[in-house]
Amino acid sequence: MSQHTDFGRRGFIQGALGVSAMAALYGCAGAGKGKGHVVVVGGGFGGATVAKYISMWSNGGIKVTLVERNAAFVSCPISNLVLAGEKQLSDITIGYEGLAKYGIKVVQDEVVAVDADKRVVRLAKGGDLAYDRLVLSPGVDFMYDTLPGLNSAAAQQDILHAWKAGPQTVALRRQLEAMPDGGVYALTIPKAPYRCPPGPYERACMVAHYFKTKKPKSKVLVLDANDEIVSKKGLFTKVFNEQYKGIIEYRPQSELRDVDAKNRTAILEFDKVKADVLNVVPAQRAGDIAAKSGLKLVNGRWVEIDWLTMGSTSTPNIHVLGDAIFPAPTMPKSGHMANQHAKLAAAAIVNLQAGLPPSDAPLVMNTCYSFVDAKNVIHVASVHAYDPATKLVQPVKGAGGVSAAPNELEGQFGLAWAKNIWADMLT
Amino acid sequence: MRRIAPLAGVLALLLSAAAQAADPHLARNLAATCANCHGTDGRSAGGMAVLAGEPKDKLLASLTAFRSGDKPATIMHQISKGYTDEQLDLIAGYFAAIKPAGGAK
Repeated sequence: MSQHTDFGRRGFIQGALGVSAMAALYGCAGAGKGKGHVVVVGGGFGGATVAKYISMWSNGGIKVTLVERNAAFVSCPISNLVLAGEKQLSDITIGYEGLAKYGIKVVQDEVVAVDADKRVVRLAKGGDLAYDRLVLSPGVDFMYDTLPGLNSAAAQQDILHAWKAGPQTVALRRQLEAMPDGGVYALTIPKAPYRCPPGPYERACMVAHYFKTKKPKSKVLVLDANDEIVSKKGLFTKVFNEQYKGIIEYRPQSELRDVDAKNRTAILEFDKVKADVLNVVPAQRAGDIAAKSGLKLVNGRWVEIDWLTMGSTSTPNIHVLGDAIFPAPTMPKSGHMANQHAKLAAAAIVNLQAGLPPSDAPLVMNTCYSFVDAKNVIHVASVHAYDPATKLVQPVKGAGGVSAAPNELEGQFGLAWAKNIWADMLT
Repeated sequence: MRRIAPLAGVLALLLSAAAQAADPHLARNLAATCANCHGTDGRSAGGMAVLAGEPKDKLLASLTAFRSGDKPATIMHQISKGYTDEQLDLIAGYFAAIKPAGGAK
């Protein structure tokens, strides 16, 4: 046990003494810098950002270890452009080396267990990491148990989700390239909440864009479990019906019940739909390490958190970010929002480690750009402020909204957004 | 309404002072909500406006013009409505005090 504790518990206790001295100065010399060791699990939009901001805002006073199983970050946003052949995987892949200048130790490994009492996580490759605070930002895992025909490695090799960017993105692109002109690409969407509400509709558009330019006789069939388009409904409806008339067919209330993987067939309640390329986005829940570490979940799927700290409501010293949490009202599961969660958590953790209370007025905001073709983009934006009465962050009335129409200027902003948020988390 | 304005100004100052007392990092935290698009500490990585080191008055004028609709925008008219006057003031003050990337202010 505890082989990696070069800045372990003893350091924390010494730090805590320093903290009380700093707390005495609080108010005249500003807040203390904070001490201790934070372990962050998951290097996506939430995890990488929280690692960087804790280091930056504590001026290196808090040691940060980031545990990530992949060698590099691959962005889900912009990955639908890779599917359409407009971008390459290398365009959406960024290494973690930029975090070194903040003093962050990046460990390529997987956390397989959390001991919340001892404040230790176990690594898959062996060894333990002790923490003063743990941040879990594991994203989502898929509920394959709800789709028996897809609940095997073999079936999952043929019927792709491509809802975590990386090898699946490339593999789905290959399936689309191999599909003969005149074929049918079917995309199934689970009931909300799922990762990236407008993402499936953007994907339908980008695949339709590819077909329209390269395989004009082909069709996109959208099988949506929801009653209607979940995000940017008016805008996507118009694009489906006008720009992609005769290419995209949208079917609401079409929940996937099972999959016949061998025949690439989606099994619905009253219908079976055979496709040439079947792309199933399964229902989702908090990533395994968050879902199976004894933290309080809502609906057995999402971690319940305190909106002043992003701390688990059940388990001390564990904070959870991003898609894995039970969201506040109208809050989307998005990379942008995960980055905002990360800053809320970083500010709270730096204060708490310095013996100070967290801010009582956190605020987060979201921006989401969706491409409808290679150049034109639509956005949705919202701002969410902490409300002491409900103890939730609530959408600010009168703020936020969507684009008037798809436009090229926001196409440029969409790409600039990606460039800036990737830099904000990783460099 | 005009007579109330100075009073509202005093009230805003008091509120903003109270907020600052609550957390000395409020301005930093609010400004960080802009960084996704405008770069860490407003040092844009490209394609978005640089906020770091811009004069406070100029930033505040832009933000309030976005909010009122006087300044055309694709998205900032919607986002700026989510922040109070005091919050926009803190944000503008924070970015004005940051050195722009690669150059001394």
